[in-house]
Amino acid sequence: MNTAIANDTIDTSLIQRDPVKDSAQEAFHKLTETVGTPTVENAKMRSRDVNVFYGEKQAIFDVNLDIGNNEVVAMIGPSGCGKSTFLRCLNRMNDTIPSCKVTGNLSLDGEDLYGADLDPVLLRARVGMVFQKPNPFAKSIYDNVAYGPRIHGLSSNRAELDDIVVDSLRKAGLYDEVKDRLDAPGTSLSGGQQQRLCIARSIAVNPEVILMDEPCSALDPIATARIEELIDELRQNYAIAIVTHSMQQAARVSQRTAYFHLGKLVEVNATNDVFTNPQHELTENYITGRFG
Amino acid sequence: MSDTTTKVRASLKKRYAAEKRFRFYGITAIAASIGFLFILLFSIVSKGYPAFQSTFVKLDVQLDSATLGISETPTSAEMRAANFGGLIKQTMRERFPEVSSRGDKKALYQLISTGAEYQLYDEVAADPSLIDTTISLWLPTDDELSALIKSDADLSNPDSIVTRMSDKQIAWAKSLKDSGQLEVRFNRTFFTNGDSREPELAGIRAALMGSAFTLLITFALSFPIAVAAAIYLEEFAPQNRWTDVVEVNINNLAAVPSIVFGLLGLAVFINFFHLPRSAPVVGGIVLSLMTLPTIIISSRAALKAVPPSIREAARGLGASPLQVVTHHVLPLAMPGILTGTIIGLAQALGETAPLLMIGMVAFIVDIPASVTDAATVLPVQVFLWADSPERAFVEKTSAAIMVLLVFLVVMNALAVFLRKKFERRW
Repeated sequence: MNTAIANDTIDTSLIQRDPVKDSAQEAFHKLTETVGTPTVENAKMRSRDVNVFYGEKQAIFDVNLDIGNNEVVAMIGPSGCGKSTFLRCLNRMNDTIPSCKVTGNLSLDGEDLYGADLDPVLLRARVGMVFQKPNPFAKSIYDNVAYGPRIHGLSSNRAELDDIVVDSLRKAGLYDEVKDRLDAPGTSLSGGQQQRLCIARSIAVNPEVILMDEPCSALDPIATARIEELIDELRQNYAIAIVTHSMQQAARVSQRTAYFHLGKLVEVNATNDVFTNPQHELTENYITGRFG
Repeated sequence: MSDTTTKVRASLKKRYAAEKRFRFYGITAIAASIGFLFILLFSIVSKGYPAFQSTFVKLDVQLDSATLGISETPTSAEMRAANFGGLIKQTMRERFPEVSSRGDKKALYQLISTGAEYQLYDEVAADPSLIDTTISLWLPTDDELSALIKSDADLSNPDSIVTRMSDKQIAWAKSLKDSGQLEVRFNRTFFTNGDSREPELAGIRAALMGSAFTLLITFALSFPIAVAAAIYLEEFAPQNRWTDVVEVNINNLAAVPSIVFGLLGLAVFINFFHLPRSAPVVGGIVLSLMTLPTIIISSRAALKAVPPSIREAARGLGASPLQVVTHHVLPLAMPGILTGTIIGLAQALGETAPLLMIGMVAFIVDIPASVTDAATVLPVQVFLWADSPERAFVEKTSAAIMVLLVFLVVMNALAVFLRKKFERRW
């Protein structure tokens, strides 16, 4: 792979002189290619040489990363490293930011995400997303979950829709808690329940991939544990990419972990290897808590 | 004691004093505004409430077909030509047989409103079998007599009364009153009639209907256009020089003096498109032009206030941009949009200047039945009556203002109701 990474656009003046950081900086500058195995066989989603620009500023540099079927890929890295930006490219959520420009190749089952054949509306029906802050609609619990199937016309009658709603709520592990009050507003639930409602809402559309952008950052440890269990169950049916700030969470839920640093993908390996035997100096520094 | 403690303690008193002062200013401001509002309402209501009452005189009218100049089974043409005025004059002469000179007779006739003969006509036209019988009727009196009776003045002491009526007229009024033939009743005419030169016949109906039609047109035009414009600008339009220019111009339009819109309406809608003069349809169009920027600006603010997370959630599920707006953003922004609309419409309801330019300052007697009929509006009616010399129009003016205020309150109540209905937590 001949990926020349441009370093001159990065402002390094803010990094203070400190022996660890100096060596890290050196390592970062030397970084031209992702360490580890960013690609897999039969990938569900592929990205090749993806660059993302916000106006003049480049946020992502030549990222190559695959997301395989039935696996959870965790993306970790310090704030502002571009992991969320990259995640949002995977279902073209960045489209609405006028200054945002994406180059390179992104594909879902071999179909170009930015190609003429794949409409963003269709893409987002196939690639669902769960956000950092629970964001249920100002509708009832039932209508929150039923919204996706309704707009896409996935059910032909009320009974079918009921089935989808109940099934999705079950999969999200929320059904038993809300079965008596499906008409209550979605916003009346607790934070953890709201997030599970958002997950139920995403899977009601029956997507192929679920993207999660720090889904537990606003939740307490108990709700977090519940969602992590859920992610593990969902893996049986979906490909999942999750951005997280918690390395423990990445270690618990993911099969592969990708470490991002200042817009570059530094290392991708099996989660176990990344946390026990990091191959790149930057990864090691990050997971051992020396910076980030 | 540490240095911080000393310093904080020293400054505490000053800080609390500042807060106390500020609270005092606030309470004073609120008290002052409530006071002014109360003075305004009190002066309007105290001046205006007599307009809702009117004095009626009870007369036994002998419907003599000879005096009326009609046959016993009159045709409608005969009825229209019948001399009801003469009949009333005759009735008055019979009530006061001592009045003989021409001048006195004229003064006597002045006690009865010219509206009396129309009422008499209505009675007889509705039931022609009444002809050549004697009926007892409560007929409207002239505004001066009406005001005199309503003021509850001491009729036996004419010198103490400030009125344009002569002493003789006051004596006749006293005679009528003493025989129980004068009564103050609710003034239905005020709500059923159009404008009139005679204060006792002048009503608010034409202006009320004109205002209603005009506002209907204003709402029907400005609400959809403004909301569509706001949604496009806020949710779909690219951010470039063009949209900046549009935005700046919308803000500028909101500050254009309203009379300019009136001139525009005159030049474009009446002179060029030949829409009818003095009609609510033109008034409505002109007022919507004036209201548009207000609604657009407040709608944009309401749309902007919808949390972006809701848009992302809907988009992330595969909702198309229009579905994101119609299913989620618009319902959440609706309360704010409605508030802006009501502010705009309330402004339009009180607007006079642009309507003067398009001829809605007319003297309207007939109740407008459609948006193309000549009409006037409540504030213009207030303006017209305030300009009239008759004393009775003073109370009419205040009464019209009261009707205008009630109209406004009803509109606002409707808005609050709608807002509560649409309001949802998120």
